[in-house]
Amino acid sequence: MATQEVEFAHVSFDLPGGRRLLDDISLKVAAGSTTALLGRSGSGKTTLLRTVNALVRPTGGKVLVGGQDVAQADVIALRRGIGYVIQETGLFPHMTVGRNVGMALELAGKSIDDRRAKSIEMLKMVGLADDLLERYPWQLSGGQRQRVGLARALAAEPAVLLMDEPFGALDPLTRVEMQTMLKELLRRVGKTTLIVTHDLEEALYLADRVVLVAEGKIVADLAAGEVRSSMNEAVQAYVAATHRGPA
Amino acid sequence: MSGFLQEHGGQIARLTLEHVWLTGSAMLFAAGIGLPLGVWLTRHERWSRPVLGVANVLQTIPSLALFGLLLPVPFLGDRAARLAIVALTGYALLPILRNTYAGILAVDPALIDVSNAIGMSGMQRLMKVELPMSASVILAGLRTATVTCVGVATIAAAIGAGGLGELIFRGVASVDNGLVLAGAIPAALLALCADGVLGFAEKKTVIRR
Repeated sequence: MATQEVEFAHVSFDLPGGRRLLDDISLKVAAGSTTALLGRSGSGKTTLLRTVNALVRPTGGKVLVGGQDVAQADVIALRRGIGYVIQETGLFPHMTVGRNVGMALELAGKSIDDRRAKSIEMLKMVGLADDLLERYPWQLSGGQRQRVGLARALAAEPAVLLMDEPFGALDPLTRVEMQTMLKELLRRVGKTTLIVTHDLEEALYLADRVVLVAEGKIVADLAAGEVRSSMNEAVQAYVAATHRGPA
Repeated sequence: MSGFLQEHGGQIARLTLEHVWLTGSAMLFAAGIGLPLGVWLTRHERWSRPVLGVANVLQTIPSLALFGLLLPVPFLGDRAARLAIVALTGYALLPILRNTYAGILAVDPALIDVSNAIGMSGMQRLMKVELPMSASVILAGLRTATVTCVGVATIAAAIGAGGLGELIFRGVASVDNGLVLAGAIPAALLALCADGVLGFAEKKTVIRR
């Protein structure tokens, strides 16, 4: 599927109790670009990400994927066109790696041979050998699991890729390896990618654009190259927190 | 001993089969109702308290009383075996219902999220993720239900439904311990067998993570 633009138009989300998690967020993510949603825990960045594949339904405003209103879309078709990667637990533990990766094709009713061929292709794409096909998730390392999760998300050839703290549970070395692999991969496939992270370095390395979210609002929206020199106080605080030297 | 078996062997075999028939039919009905109802309750959670409550109450009625209470009910009361199967179904329902409900709700919410996000329909999510992930818990419920059923089915002889209880009741009435054991031992073996087979299946379906 060709890549698509994602647009948030005055998106708000209130919990049934009345607490406001997203407050009038407007943002356009260009087709094929990579945008990082940066912010501390509880800022609303994950909630915002989840409005794109309708796991969260905004209580105000609209989300548009490729110009189509998510609220009007057939939710299953919509989700099949959007890759979703989460931290750690995302793989089905009772399925082999091959079945996990081929799940999108299985749902689309593709033959077992097609699924297998696609799984092998996808594993290769994320730097894994096809001898992992018959393994189960518990037999993999954390980094391998995350690669498999990414392979699964890309197998449906989605127009948009959503990643929620994808490398949050990994050790620093594996994390850097994964970031390098992902950057190279994104450059090749050119999907519209939204990546939620609280790690500034990760955001700057992977994304073209960094959107800082705090208390349900966008407090800064910058090209990755402008972040360090930004005069925005919230951004400066984030930069300072990342570069704290010895006491 | 051999003389006893020669005299009663055929009867023990017939009553054991009857016992298996009573328990087996009740388990089929209970699973046929309990599994879908348990799944339904996970989708309509506000009904879970009243429905599980009713199943709970059913379980607390003393079995002899339940058999007696059902006796005057038209259609059911006509045949003792019919009545016994209905009562046994009631007893087997709670463990199946409760474990199906609890097992599915215990599936990691992150996996439910991923299932939805990958574009599964509700039915696909149930068949591909929720049921396989909760299979061992559901089987544990079936195991409890079966063992309970085998035990309670001995009481069914009190209303003339047959089964191994017949030997036990007759033995008690005629103060013949041999006869009591001739009913009790096969019943206990049946329970152990069911427990072993379902326990094995339960272990096989535990998911490593």
